[in-house]
Amino acid sequence: MSATTEYLLHLADNAVVLGQRNAEWCGHGPAIEEDIALANVSLDLIGQARLLYQQAAERIGNGATEDQLAYFRDVPDFRNYTLLELPHHSALVGYAKSNMDYGTTIVRNFLYSALMVLVWDALQKSPDADLAAIAAKSLKEARYHLHHAADWVVKFGDGTEESHARAQAALDHLFPYTEEFWTPSAIEDAAIASGAVTDVRTLRAAWDAIVADTLAEATLKRPEVRGYVPEGKHGRHSEHLSYLLGEMQVLARAHPGATW
Amino acid sequence: MSIELKDWPLWEVFVRSKQGLEHKHCGSLHASDAAHALEAARDVYTRRQEGVSIWVVESKKITASNPDDKGELFDPAADKIYRHPTFYEIPEEVGHM
Repeated sequence: MSATTEYLLHLADNAVVLGQRNAEWCGHGPAIEEDIALANVSLDLIGQARLLYQQAAERIGNGATEDQLAYFRDVPDFRNYTLLELPHHSALVGYAKSNMDYGTTIVRNFLYSALMVLVWDALQKSPDADLAAIAAKSLKEARYHLHHAADWVVKFGDGTEESHARAQAALDHLFPYTEEFWTPSAIEDAAIASGAVTDVRTLRAAWDAIVADTLAEATLKRPEVRGYVPEGKHGRHSEHLSYLLGEMQVLARAHPGATW
Repeated sequence: MSIELKDWPLWEVFVRSKQGLEHKHCGSLHASDAAHALEAARDVYTRRQEGVSIWVVESKKITASNPDDKGELFDPAADKIYRHPTFYEIPEEVGHM
């Protein structure tokens, strides 16, 4: 498998895992308008994952399909960032009132979409025409995801005492996981060397600026990071991914080839 | 300062479709402020490419006619057929109007 194909899988896994995670709010959102908004975000992400898996499947050949890539690979095969598979609460703080904390959901979407507006913007100029086309479509969606998440980060951070505390707790919990963005894997290095893919490290200053602007408006404090680098994109995941995949894949595995 | 969820005011949403010249009322929703209402309207009412422009207005800012006054307000127009422009001969060349 070429480095670019493996990179397509990394992008696809990111999108499908966060899409699946956010979809857990479907029918349980804090308000019906927000329930629909987040379901839209999920559907955008799953749509991106489909395009990327289709493209990867075509390049892998040998009868590979988007469904097989999404539903019949196991945890160590997934190359998503660890950040995206974590549950909707931070385990180590007492602010989350249930295992579904919307502050955690929003902060994660903010940190990830701030990265993806930059990644898609860079990739739409890729000499790989298929990747460039997917990037151009996904960029518009990511811009809205960032807009939506950043608005809520500000509302929570600059809101009530409790919403501020919960947003800060979510940020403190999730921020260290963003270190994974800036530490390229061997696959990324090879894909960058091929010229098809942007070196994500060149986007860091722009990401820092987006984060700094929003956190300042939200009166939230950027947490310190202390050297921990997650390794989800290397296939070394937290325990949470297996539960997520279990739920996502069960139907396709129980009834292979089912259609409706 | 955010407004608590239970206190989000109601907003009326008007959407202009691609072909449409005017914004049409399409529903209402709850949101904490105008910008938030626009975003929620985008997500709730334009998911299937219904629109290219959105207006929102807080429902309480709308002054509505009283349904009890329906008789005196609207019924008198019922027998004034001469107010309809149906008594003109339209020349062939004008075509469909």
